[in-house]
Amino acid sequence: MSTMAEEVSKKTNFLASAWKMHRAKIGFAITLVVVALALVGPFFAPFTATEFVDMPNTVEVPGTFFGTDFLGQDVWSRFLLGGRSILFLGAMSTIIGVLMGAMLGVVAAYVKGALNSFIMRTFDIVIAFPGILWALLLVSMLGSSSFLIILATVVSTVPRVGRIIYGAAVAVVERDFVSAATAIGESRLRIVFREILPNTTSTLLVETNLRFTYSIGGIASLAFLGFTSDPTGANWGTMVQENSSAIILQPWGVILPVIAIALLTIGTGLIGDAFSRVSAGIDRGRND
Amino acid sequence: MSIFKFVLRRLAFGLGALIAISAAIFFVTQGLPADPAKTILGRDATPENLEALRAILGLDRPLLSQYFGWLTDVVRGDFGTSFTTQMSVSTYLGPRFGNSLFIMLIGTIVSIPISLLLGGYMALKRDSLFDSSSSFATLVFAALPEFVMGTGLIVIFATTVFQWFPAVVFLDEGAAPWSDPMGVVLPITTLVLGCIPYVSRTMRASMVEVLESDYIEMARLKGVSERNVLLRHAFPNALGPVFQVSALNIAYLVGGAVIVERLFNYPGVGSALTDAIRVRDLPVIQFLSLLIGSVYVLTNLIADVATVLVTPRLRTTLK
Repeated sequence: MSTMAEEVSKKTNFLASAWKMHRAKIGFAITLVVVALALVGPFFAPFTATEFVDMPNTVEVPGTFFGTDFLGQDVWSRFLLGGRSILFLGAMSTIIGVLMGAMLGVVAAYVKGALNSFIMRTFDIVIAFPGILWALLLVSMLGSSSFLIILATVVSTVPRVGRIIYGAAVAVVERDFVSAATAIGESRLRIVFREILPNTTSTLLVETNLRFTYSIGGIASLAFLGFTSDPTGANWGTMVQENSSAIILQPWGVILPVIAIALLTIGTGLIGDAFSRVSAGIDRGRND
Repeated sequence: MSIFKFVLRRLAFGLGALIAISAAIFFVTQGLPADPAKTILGRDATPENLEALRAILGLDRPLLSQYFGWLTDVVRGDFGTSFTTQMSVSTYLGPRFGNSLFIMLIGTIVSIPISLLLGGYMALKRDSLFDSSSSFATLVFAALPEFVMGTGLIVIFATTVFQWFPAVVFLDEGAAPWSDPMGVVLPITTLVLGCIPYVSRTMRASMVEVLESDYIEMARLKGVSERNVLLRHAFPNALGPVFQVSALNIAYLVGGAVIVERLFNYPGVGSALTDAIRVRDLPVIQFLSLLIGSVYVLTNLIADVATVLVTPRLRTTLK
């Protein structure tokens, strides 16, 4: 059995070597700024999301920073208010999707046999269809409540995480400490959660980060296509779509949310890349 | 196992996957509580009218028999009639299919060679400034959702900064996409920028591995010219994994087209799908989902077979 201390030191090593990379620091800083903006921003919004301020699509409006949007609402306020739901939905669907995917992947690696084939073939089939389409089909048929948006995102997250974790776990299952645990009579559940899962942590971290980036992108894309839980509320994805027809008169309603989503996905993407470099040893020198 | 058997087995899985996908699509669109008859007739419909329409649409039959009826029709090439346009699905989507194929084809033709060259050169100049800055750039583009990338292009090249290209595509009904060459530049560029990161990063990784291999060292030691080492030995051997990713990318293009076509108002199957979803035009939704699923399955199949064909090692170890 691997000792707890060993695991902990491995984990801190992992984060420490990732942190040494410039891209990790830059990514973290960018992500922190956007997350802070999305969480704290709403408290500083001068207007509400749906308040009429002045003539629609005007840049020069006294008392506002960036003018009014397509309905005469304050662009800056809607921008400050529009990140929270994307962030929340993205985080929720990532957590649920990664947990479920990791569990199924580890179980498939440990049990082998019919259950293994069933889980893995189901993954193959779900992946054989673009994630955005599963999401569109589900959300358009059942409605775009927060729950369904999360569910739609989870559907495309689970099999992808599952396959990766399966790959990592299969190697762990063969190792001696697992047979040792089986020999001393640990329960299968305990073996899966205490012996196998902790040994896939670095892969899990890489996946969580990657899936968060894609979930944010997917949820923002759904919002861009008009699927949000609150159609009149402020949302970065919807803002882009609403204001794009008047982009020549009032570019800020498009530019601000586009920059925010871009920074958020780039920031988390950079962190993820640092993780995966450490995990795969891509960053090793030429000779080692 | 012979290559023939391998292809057969892959085909069988592809067919199985398609059947499962078709069942999932059908269940989600027709089996879920949303009532298409109510959608078509609106809120004020009388119960009698709803009942009559349900009978016409076949919604009163048990779900399983509806599914098999639909599947038989699809296999026969009858994709049904669009609820909203009252045209047959194939007449409605035919020209749009050509339009989508056009931007995806150009997108592929442009992005694959660029990615191969970029990735190969990054590997060759490993750890140089060129390598690290390209790797950073591809990372940034890989993280961006298509609509953000496309909107960025619109802001920079079509509206706020420069006005070089139109922000939306204007295509008359039935007009060929190349009749608006300026209009398709930005949609195609968005697709290309979405593809390059994955293919070039895979090419880089694969090329790095090949360049470190014994046979490349052997070739160099034998005095083969560097040019020949790269062109005859390294490049062809690095292509294996790239096939997989390229196939994934063609599949990605199909998904990305949904967003890109909506963004640029391009009349392809992607925008047809979002339109159909808005008005719950079930036959169109079902057909397009199945079409997109088939493209996914088929490209992956071709990629698997191509990978085996270009990798001699795999040909002999097929189990």
